[in-house]
Amino acid sequence: MADWTLFEVFVRSKHGLNHKHVGSVHAADAEMAIENARELYTRRSEGVSIWVVPSTAITATASDEKEALFDPADDKVYRHASFYELPDEVGHM
Amino acid sequence: MTRYDDLTELLLQLGDSAMVQAQRLCELVGGAPALEEEVALMNVGLDLVGQARNWLEYAAERINDGRTADDLVFLRDSSDYCNLLLVELPNGDFGVTIAKQFLFDSWHYAMLQSLSGSSDERIAAVATKSFKEVTYHLRRSSEWVKRLGDGTDESHQRMQAAIDQVWHYSFEFSMPTEHLAALEAEGVFPAASTVHERWSETVKAVLSEATLTQPEAAARNYLSGREGLHTESLGYILAEMQFLPRAYPDANW
Repeated sequence: MADWTLFEVFVRSKHGLNHKHVGSVHAADAEMAIENARELYTRRSEGVSIWVVPSTAITATASDEKEALFDPADDKVYRHASFYELPDEVGHM
Repeated sequence: MTRYDDLTELLLQLGDSAMVQAQRLCELVGGAPALEEEVALMNVGLDLVGQARNWLEYAAERINDGRTADDLVFLRDSSDYCNLLLVELPNGDFGVTIAKQFLFDSWHYAMLQSLSGSSDERIAAVATKSFKEVTYHLRRSSEWVKRLGDGTDESHQRMQAAIDQVWHYSFEFSMPTEHLAALEAEGVFPAASTVHERWSETVKAVLSEATLTQPEAAARNYLSGREGLHTESLGYILAEMQFLPRAYPDANW
């Protein structure tokens, strides 16, 4: 099984709208990855839908880019809706 | 063995077959070819233990001699077990494990499909729940048969050898009609007489897709799981499975 591919597994829960990453499985191909994911990640009624993606198909940010990529957003509070004061007439949004 | 009525024997056949198949699968803990496969095999085994419990609880009530489902599993000898011979065979290599699982699943699927429509509400309920589980079991084992059969030269040759090795025991899938006619007529086991035919269609389709050759129809022989006439393998399985409750009757967990 040394030549099996690693797949990342995404599961949508009963009440969830989006698929969430839950872990990974080894399998010979995507079909088998779905079955293995079903066995490993939906044993306790966690899901109603499964996606699998070969791990190599995922492009990720590098950890040493973290500061350059994400820190600049930390002081831009005005990008949050809560930054703005709503006039009373607007009521609940 | 003690003879019971046909319905009770059917329940014992279903319960015992599920139980022995589960016990064989449990032997693979720590020994499956991949972690993912091991979890999958154990999940199938656990489904089967649950099904065995449901069938044997009903059987125990019908036998009505004070024994529980646990007593039936842990305190009967091999000559009183009614499981299919197929499920007691050793696991062999992974090809044999899959060949056994596939032949069992395809028979099980056809059986439960019929029993889901039983006029006996309890049987219909257990069969309907089990049918969902077995639909997945069959899908999984069929995928493996196709994958190995239509894989490399070596996997093809070994999958074919595995099918050939265990095929003989499929003769038990066509049950003697004298046991079924009444159950079928009463509606307890609808379409019982077509189980073998439906099983055969499933197997034919999967083996053909797997580029494997289907052996000739298996001939009946002197052994019969249903009548308690087993291969020598069952005794070893029961010895391991029953040792603890027999040695320590009050054991609890």
